Amino acid sequence: MAANNTLSISFTVNGEKFNNVNVPSRQHLADFLRSQGFTGTHLGCEQGACGACTIEMDGKAVRSCLVLASQANGSDLKTVEGFDDKMMEQVKQSFLKHNAFQCGFCSPGMLMTTKEILLSKKKLTRDEIRSEISGNYCRCTGYQSIVDAIEECINEVN
Amino acid sequence: MDDIKVNQNPKLGSIDRPNSYIGRSLPRENAKKHLDGGGQFVDDLTLPRMVHVAFLRSPFAHAEIKSIDTKTAKLSDGVIDIFTAKEIDEVCKPWVGVLGHLGEMRSPEQSPLAKKIARWQGEPIAVVIANSRAQAEDALELIEVDWLEKDAQVDMETALDPNAVIIHPELGNNLFWTRTVNQGDVDKAFKEADAVVETTLDFARHTGVTLESRGIVADWNKAENKMTIYHNGQAPHMMQHIIAKHLDLNEGLVRIISRDVGGSFGIKVHVYPDEMAVTAISKKLGRPVKFIADRLESFTTDIHARCHKISGKLGVDKNGKILAMEIDDLSGIGPFSMYPRTSAIETNQVLNLSGAPYVIPNYKAVGTVVFQNKTPMCQYRAVGHPIAVAITEALIDKAAYKIGMDLDKIRKINFIPDNSYPNKSPSGVPLEDLSHQASMDKLLEIMDIEKFETKKKDDYQKGILSGYGVISMCEVTNPSPLFYGVGGAHISSQDGASIRLEGSGAIHLSSSITEQGQGTEAIMKQIAADQLGVKLESVRVTLGDTDATPYGGGTWASRGAGIGGEAVLKAARKLKDNILNIAAAIMQTDKESLDIEDNNVVRKNGGEGISLQKLAETVYYRGHEIPKGTNPELLATASFLIEGIPFVFTNSAMGCQVSIDQDTGIIKINKFWAVEDCGTQINPKLVEEQIRGGVIQGIGGALFEECVYDDQGNMQNATMADYLVPMAYEMPDIIVDHVTTNSGRSIIGAKGAGEAGTGGAPAVIMNAINNALKQVGAEVISQPITPEKVLKALGKI
Repeated sequence: MAANNTLSISFTVNGEKFNNVNVPSRQHLADFLRSQGFTGTHLGCEQGACGACTIEMDGKAVRSCLVLASQANGSDLKTVEGFDDKMMEQVKQSFLKHNAFQCGFCSPGMLMTTKEILLSKKKLTRDEIRSEISGNYCRCTGYQSIVDAIEECINEVN
Repeated sequence: MDDIKVNQNPKLGSIDRPNSYIGRSLPRENAKKHLDGGGQFVDDLTLPRMVHVAFLRSPFAHAEIKSIDTKTAKLSDGVIDIFTAKEIDEVCKPWVGVLGHLGEMRSPEQSPLAKKIARWQGEPIAVVIANSRAQAEDALELIEVDWLEKDAQVDMETALDPNAVIIHPELGNNLFWTRTVNQGDVDKAFKEADAVVETTLDFARHTGVTLESRGIVADWNKAENKMTIYHNGQAPHMMQHIIAKHLDLNEGLVRIISRDVGGSFGIKVHVYPDEMAVTAISKKLGRPVKFIADRLESFTTDIHARCHKISGKLGVDKNGKILAMEIDDLSGIGPFSMYPRTSAIETNQVLNLSGAPYVIPNYKAVGTVVFQNKTPMCQYRAVGHPIAVAITEALIDKAAYKIGMDLDKIRKINFIPDNSYPNKSPSGVPLEDLSHQASMDKLLEIMDIEKFETKKKDDYQKGILSGYGVISMCEVTNPSPLFYGVGGAHISSQDGASIRLEGSGAIHLSSSITEQGQGTEAIMKQIAADQLGVKLESVRVTLGDTDATPYGGGTWASRGAGIGGEAVLKAARKLKDNILNIAAAIMQTDKESLDIEDNNVVRKNGGEGISLQKLAETVYYRGHEIPKGTNPELLATASFLIEGIPFVFTNSAMGCQVSIDQDTGIIKINKFWAVEDCGTQINPKLVEEQIRGGVIQGIGGALFEECVYDDQGNMQNATMADYLVPMAYEMPDIIVDHVTTNSGRSIIGAKGAGEAGTGGAPAVIMNAINNALKQVGAEVISQPITPEKVLKALGKI
């Protein structure tokens, strides 16, 4: 039965090597990462609309619910658990200071989007920040505190 | 230390003393785990031998289940078993969603899985248990159901018609509940009025859309006769009681653990059939069972909210004084009243809260609640508020326009005066410690309202329709036993706190209030450290575990700070008293000469003190050194409940300014202001974030969110791509300010702050839009106010 097909793939997650791992051919990357204990990657809609599952794949932000695990073969993945460089620590401090999250469920995806904004080195206005994070749903904050935090990060990074 | 707000409450001591944490916007240090990917949500949990479930749900709004054949499905890979109502009913007793204190409510028995008849699209009728969710879903497709589709009663407005489809034949019709409030003589007053205005408003169904969906892991341990439930709910002790009652378990051996919860907003405080089925399956199989709703299940089975049509009438004299108000509200709640809170409370609050900020000597309100074949409707953030506030404030604007009075002035002359409390609402509900006058004054000051009339005229010259609005409202918070308990529901209105000094000198606090991201842990810690005199970082907090926290109601109706916070304050003061008694004995001095600062017992007049660590070491390890007869308890507990009144009300004033694109019908909220009086703010930043998040949910209801159904009762937009939630781009910055009137019901003086934004935003946005549309003689009366409705109002389509 097709549902039981598996594929053998190799990749890294946050620098940790996974060699020749069998993944179900139909499993999406978010489910696979979560099954390996990377539970910081959250699932909100499983159709790419909410942004909660956004991770970094070969340097780019992807919806891990829209990527099959098998497509990660040979990739370098980074999840929220691996956001520990100096820039991301600064981002986290800014999120904490501005209370840019409440329940925390959207935060992994929101941090990834923030990371992409900061790496782009663009000096965005508040409206542009709002536009950039409009693929990430947050039901708790009303977004203003997230915009505050990202605005502060942009000013510090640039 | 972050910015210090005003010392809002003299009962709490000077803000200048060491360890004064109440009133400070301190960051939630312990919440940083979420930024490191370290939250512990229900779906993050894996237990040995855990199995997964997927529910077969009715594809029809109303249909007879003639037969269910699971033979082929049971042979599917990884399937352990498949149950229908027959098997689940063997271990789980049905429930009825009625209360006894609000007149007759009629709702039939409801079981985890539907028997014979399915009554909404999404109602569970069978459940596959398998080794993975994917395998369970595979097997769902192999279950054969012989359906006989029936006519559905979808429209609430025809639910009581003679030819309506009767959803529960044993009830005779589709009426769930009705209530009438009648104060004074409205008919006489309307005759005497110089101006009478009327309107009818529609509010579509929307839903909570918590980013984390509902989830549960039930783990029946036969060897211990113990049921452990990991649940992302809001009221652990309520769930403990309900699961024990319906599964016939020893209540003391049911443990509910609620770790991190990814948003709730009232959605997660109800008893859901699928979750009850999961507990029953675990009991039958003796294995841990996990259910995490997918997004389709969330849209079709999480409770929906609103679904009202309300007519209103307001009479004023020529000076703008309100003489009478009358409302008639119809609401549709799906096929069952939810358990155990019932689906009557939303309408009840509409009747209680309409007109509540104002002196209205004659008030009549009728509420009618009917069954229909849609997803069950129940209490969601700001229960009833959006409807009550919108009808009141729409009528007041209409009256102002009719007699030619300013929008702020007509409100000011009708407010229940700030110095007149305790007082009563037009519906007869007791009100106290409110500040509509001061809050409106503050709002007008920060809005600079004068400039908007000029701007409106300038915009109009440029072809832009712009408008503004202001509103006032009462917000239900901190409910007493008169809310649910009096009606027979086992929902605690009391909350407890337990606090101890440990051998290391650390403070441990536990509370029955739960955390869903509001900052419960943070404010409890601030209160405890503040009242004890210890550093914030020396307090750790346990929440959300019925085996580890005091008994209590949990988090709903904005009760955490005002009720749970007061319990923490009282417990901390008791522990401090115990510590100072012991210290006085050890230090051979009077207790009154001692205090605690920065984790040390100090002498007020100077001299050597003793650290809490040393004191604890003495008590725990060398108790023989303490003078005989000294109470050695380094543990204190306290509880608190609101007595004598149904709720502690908060009040709020809001304003906004909008502009409308006449070609597209798109509404832009340019600015939004909110002034809230929630009494003592334990952490002002967290209060403001509650208000902002609430306003955005209110904007969602006002402009975007709707559960769209077709005529057959099929939900048409049950995905996050089709159901519009507020995203960052469309949302405005929100300016928040405060007036502070402490609640006289407690020492801490805090009221709730979680409801106002969601309750008030729909009213002020609608008023601002209509203020703009009035220039061209147009009006909108239906929420969500979509571009299509605006264009229709403008006569463009």
